[in-house]
Amino acid sequence: MGGALGDLWMLAAVNPVPWARAQMAFTLACHIILVPLGVSWAFMTLIANYRGLRRSDPAALLLAQRWSKYMALTFAVGAVTGTVLSFEFGLLWPRFMGRWGEAFGVPFAFEGLFFFTEAVFVSIYIFGWRRLRPWTHFWTGVPIPIAGVFGSVSVVAANAWMNAPSGFTLDSAGHVVDVDPWEVIFNDAMPLQAAHMVVAAYLVGGFMVASVYAVAMLRGRTDHYHRLGFVIPFTVAAIATPVQMVVGDALARWVFNEQPVKFAAIELVPKTSSDVPETLLGRLNEDGTVSGGIEIPGLASWLSDPGTGRDTVVQGLDSVPADSRPTISEVNTVHLAWDVMVGLGTLLFLLSVWYAACWIFKRRMPRSRWFLRAASCAGVLAVVAMEAGWVVTEVGRQPWIVYEHMRVEDAATGNTGVWITFIAVVVLYAALAVTTVLVLRSMSRRFRRSGGFVDHDVPYGPRSPAGEPEPVPAEAPDRTGRVP
Amino acid sequence: MSTVVAVVLLAAVAAYAVFGGADFGAGFWDLTAGGPERGAAPRELIERSIGPVWEANHVWLIFILVVTWTAFPTVYQSIWLTLFVPLTLAALGIVLRGASFAFRKSVTAPWFRRAFGGGFAIASVLVPFCFGAVAGGIASGEVPSGGKAGDPVDSWLNPTSLVTGALAVAVVAYLAAVYLVREARRGGEVALEGYFRRRAIAAAVVAGVLSGAGLVVVRSQARSVFDGLTSQALPLVLATVLCATIALVMLALRAARGARILAVLATAGVVVSWGVAQWPYLLPGSVKVEDAAAPSGTLGALLVAVVLAVVLVVPGFVLLFTLAERRLLPEEGAPDAADPVRPASQSSARGDVAPPPARGS
Repeated sequence: MGGALGDLWMLAAVNPVPWARAQMAFTLACHIILVPLGVSWAFMTLIANYRGLRRSDPAALLLAQRWSKYMALTFAVGAVTGTVLSFEFGLLWPRFMGRWGEAFGVPFAFEGLFFFTEAVFVSIYIFGWRRLRPWTHFWTGVPIPIAGVFGSVSVVAANAWMNAPSGFTLDSAGHVVDVDPWEVIFNDAMPLQAAHMVVAAYLVGGFMVASVYAVAMLRGRTDHYHRLGFVIPFTVAAIATPVQMVVGDALARWVFNEQPVKFAAIELVPKTSSDVPETLLGRLNEDGTVSGGIEIPGLASWLSDPGTGRDTVVQGLDSVPADSRPTISEVNTVHLAWDVMVGLGTLLFLLSVWYAACWIFKRRMPRSRWFLRAASCAGVLAVVAMEAGWVVTEVGRQPWIVYEHMRVEDAATGNTGVWITFIAVVVLYAALAVTTVLVLRSMSRRFRRSGGFVDHDVPYGPRSPAGEPEPVPAEAPDRTGRVP
Repeated sequence: MSTVVAVVLLAAVAAYAVFGGADFGAGFWDLTAGGPERGAAPRELIERSIGPVWEANHVWLIFILVVTWTAFPTVYQSIWLTLFVPLTLAALGIVLRGASFAFRKSVTAPWFRRAFGGGFAIASVLVPFCFGAVAGGIASGEVPSGGKAGDPVDSWLNPTSLVTGALAVAVVAYLAAVYLVREARRGGEVALEGYFRRRAIAAAVVAGVLSGAGLVVVRSQARSVFDGLTSQALPLVLATVLCATIALVMLALRAARGARILAVLATAGVVVSWGVAQWPYLLPGSVKVEDAAAPSGTLGALLVAVVLAVVLVVPGFVLLFTLAERRLLPEEGAPDAADPVRPASQSSARGDVAPPPARGS
């Protein structure tokens, strides 16, 4: 027994596949949290900036200026974690890249282009506050969200290609001999998957930023500055949420038609049948039965194609051999992640409805403390929902890295030291995450101590004359900077 | 078409060496600036000069990776299977460096600033060394063809790799010092100008010696590249040496502007000479560019992306550099009541409003 355990350990320590998967999953899971901020925060900042200039609202201008400082940090951290991902394609999946790089790589060429544009204008916008003219400066920010959207569409196009590989011709040995780049980028899964991610970026980014100001408002900082800090991002997120439900529904139907095995995992369908119930929670057992959970009769069939209703036949996991479908634990992971995504998405939708109703009927945001409490959780919940959605699409595709063309185990590196880099990466990222949060918090405390908006605190104003120190902010005697 | 893509790739490597290299080199001088008191003035200049453009420089590297895996997938596979150790170290170094630098700008407590500064500086030396070693490993034929793995240790811990790694560190340090001379001069900081001039000259001499040593090592270890350097790439090699020499003389004569342009040309010259020397091989002695290239559809798409980049990105990049050059991008954000109060000499060192008093002698 001890020997077997020892052997198992040796096997785990040398077989790079599980480690490579773990490292890729871990680094992507970290990076994806920063993505919404990179894509949508600039948009929200520009809204504040626009309002600040158009209505001469100094609080909005200050908000935009401080957001751009936070953004500088999150963008920088996102840039390095993104660079790591591009290294990992080579470090972890060299066989995948070697065989499919000529097709899979194409969208990345365009992603690089858009990321480049984004980085250039982020630099100009962040550093340009003091010396550029106000509207000129505003316009240097406009390319950022545009490039951000195109950039994420390009990346998702590559991921979508893994789900719906197309645009290439193989020779008899299975080598790619011809590539149609247009087909590669605009593959079948791309439009809906890309839309789903871009809307998610606005939804998650909006809720994340808004939740910070919801906490501040709960603590009694309900001045104009903090209200703006809440209303701008929350409105963006509240608009994105219903859109996301429509896009997500369409994408699920695409999965039903094009990746039936993934859909079977999502809906927990062991055997092909009609009148399939929608199972909330619950799990698939080794013997192929489903236990636990709440079954809503016929709903999964009906949702898959309302046209045929409960008669819609849903393909089961048993429709493909066991080695071509996710394992039992993967199926359970996919199903749970799906429930989490849909459940949290629904909660966020209800919160958005509350917010919208209040604006429509009372012309103001909700004042209830329960609303603010819910809103302050919304950021974390939205991140969890996004991570869950990503788990659904990635784990649901297993065991394939390129759907029905290449298995994950054939794609991984042969380098047996991956477990070492995995540990190094986890340690480094943990330190990175802790530091990022600490630095963001120390920035926010510093901003708070200075007491919001003060007279000399004018973006676009002249700098204080050389040699004269900038005015010293009153060192908060009121001790409002208590530890949250 | 594969030739065009290879030229683009080489140009991107040269651009990364020139634009990204200066950032890494600045980290080298940050590392060697001495204790917190003594190193305060050079560190401040370094932080200011990297400021607005550093984010954009990451992208050259990503572009290089993307072009390699898309246009030459099998060679990419061989390189990454073989040289995963230095490439992993480089990736970790990039995380450490980028994050530390961003954090250092965002925190005020001195011990934090020192810790992040250290991370930034050490990684700044590690990363160019690793990339230099990777280039050396490729040049000396350590990477096998056909998507196979070579020796994970000898492929980058061999004489060529060690020399090219050290050369990369010396070149970026030199480049950065030359930039910083000009930066200091524009700020009217006479003492710092001399400080970095001395270092630029020292780094230039070290880089020259290492280049010479490199030629000797390459002659024994990577004969085909050496033959290329002494035949088809010879004019380039001579031009590079000429640029470097004149730059050195101009530095000594205190002509900072001309020296900077020549230093950039010399750095790019090193990269381009290497590329031309091993032409038409992608992996010297085993794989030719045209044989390794992806199908024409892929190459066409890559070139479309490149043309779009020229149309979209280059104007932005030029704008960024022009604005930075004209000092319209002085600092992050706007003056904020929450800003840490810096000593007057620092907040005015840029000379935005009035010429600041010269520091030191």
